[in-house]
Amino acid sequence: MILDLDKFLAEGRPHWHALEGMLDRLEAGAVLELDGARRIHWLYERASADLIRLGTFASEPETCRYLEALVARAYAEIHDTHSRTARIRPFHWVRRTFPRTFRRHIGAFWIALAITVAGMVFGGVATLVDPDSRHVTMPFGHDQMRPSERVRRDEESQRATGRDGPGQTSGHGSFSGFLMAHNTRISILTMSLGMSFGIGTIVMLFYNGIGVGAIAVDYILDGQGRFLAGWILPHGTIEIPAILIAGQAGLILGHAMLGRGSNLPFAARLRRIGPDVVTLILGVALFLVYAGFIESFLSQYHEPIVPYAVKIAFGLAELSALCAYLSLSGRTRGEPGDDPPTSTP
Amino acid sequence: MTHLRIRTPEGVEFSLPLAGPVSRALALIADSLFIWCTMAFFGYLMMFLSVVSQDAAGTGMTVGFFLLPFAYLMSMEWLNRGQTIGKRLFGLRVVDAQGLKLRPAQIVLRNLLRAVDMLPLLYLVGGVACLATRRAQRLGDLAAGTVVVRNPKAARPDLDQLIGTRFNSLRAHPHLAARLRQRVPAAEAAIALQALVRREETEPASRVELFRDLADHFRGLVEFPPETAEGLTDEQYVRDVVDLLYRPRLAAPAPRPAEPVDDMAGTAG
Repeated sequence: MILDLDKFLAEGRPHWHALEGMLDRLEAGAVLELDGARRIHWLYERASADLIRLGTFASEPETCRYLEALVARAYAEIHDTHSRTARIRPFHWVRRTFPRTFRRHIGAFWIALAITVAGMVFGGVATLVDPDSRHVTMPFGHDQMRPSERVRRDEESQRATGRDGPGQTSGHGSFSGFLMAHNTRISILTMSLGMSFGIGTIVMLFYNGIGVGAIAVDYILDGQGRFLAGWILPHGTIEIPAILIAGQAGLILGHAMLGRGSNLPFAARLRRIGPDVVTLILGVALFLVYAGFIESFLSQYHEPIVPYAVKIAFGLAELSALCAYLSLSGRTRGEPGDDPPTSTP
Repeated sequence: MTHLRIRTPEGVEFSLPLAGPVSRALALIADSLFIWCTMAFFGYLMMFLSVVSQDAAGTGMTVGFFLLPFAYLMSMEWLNRGQTIGKRLFGLRVVDAQGLKLRPAQIVLRNLLRAVDMLPLLYLVGGVACLATRRAQRLGDLAAGTVVVRNPKAARPDLDQLIGTRFNSLRAHPHLAARLRQRVPAAEAAIALQALVRREETEPASRVELFRDLADHFRGLVEFPPETAEGLTDEQYVRDVVDLLYRPRLAAPAPRPAEPVDDMAGTAG
């Protein structure tokens, strides 16, 4: 290509610098008037044309790189209408975006539930058939003593201290913080393992189910079903669905990895479901913060401080409210027509 | 693939150099150090708080230590357009794989999926994914549709200082110089320039070998009359070629007798 390079550079530089200045202002959140929008579009096209002209010229690789970076920035600003300063609408997100996203992928939730129930059945049967399996199937601590022994110890402790839970006199805050962090970490891992084509998520859900099933059957066989319900329901009715929703997000990821029933390319499939996955996991985090508070400040109180009937009723009321929220909130006549995928609260 | 290539609807193609796993690991180490320091500072703050309330300090410590890494990585990538402190130090940037703006959901997802990328330890899964994928993406990048690129430098080297204004005998043959400019691709010109820019970083023996290879390559592309290049060291020959390629508009010198060989600090091949 025959090019008067010095003249070309001398003519081009003022326009490139003008484009760079406009991009700096746009990236800082400035809004362009119509004239400004026309001007930046013209500058972008000019820089693009300069890049093409310069692309084959041996002596200007640095200028080419500079122009490529400039065109890349301008391309992102011009072709992506998404604003960096979009208004944050947490109420709209809670009321509409999250429950609608949940319902849009309800199939994955049912699968997550089925896997967990299968794990529960496995854990329950294992405890029935082989009581010694408790050391393998139950989380550490639960396998160390019989349920009746634990109930007697907890209730005596509550009578003695008047108000504080087992083994703790004033550590409810720390305990709830630990629960929130731990459960959120498990949920994130459950979701993330969806990238193993869903296999890791399935294993996590099944494993969680085993623990829950084994403990439930152990308590029921030992005649402590009422204590179990009073202990688990207040926080479990939120915490367990939260883990299931994390599993739902993982299965959505796994399905996108597999690509079954979709003609979209791999990257496009993941790009499509990404915002929904983030929406679901943010909802999970909120649920787990709430569940952490309840587990620390209510679930650990037993009779005689809080009657089991009150705790069971509270748990059932929470479960009803959760079901109503997830199935009805933000519902419009057009469903299953969807909101465009949005994720940020 | 070493570059992310994007073709715009206007038909313009631009490319961004992809970051490799090593530079990404170094940036991650720098970020980890920063997070560790922040956590240590936060831990001291909580120790002071524990004088007032041990429970509140315990809660702050547990929740803070869990949230700090996520908060740091996500907020830095969002506020600094894809750059954490570590990435800035090593000249890296997270960008959208289609060249569009990074969205909050992408930043959240790529950072949450570190949970699986760091398995079983030391980001082994993420590192293997980086090596195995076309665009050097870890699993978090794949899910979020992002890539990590090397931040292109826009500055041009100071050629006057680098090459100087010494006599260039190759300029006496403008038609051959034009042919050379036509035959040397941009990438090869850049290699020759970089060899000069980074001359002091190379061992003398390697430098001699490098300039010999480059000079032989350029001599093979266009053959100048023997008397023109006579007495030039390989490095001087490459320097003159770069001068021709990067400063084509300088006036051709008046013919003058051959000068004594300019000793280039013992780099003659």
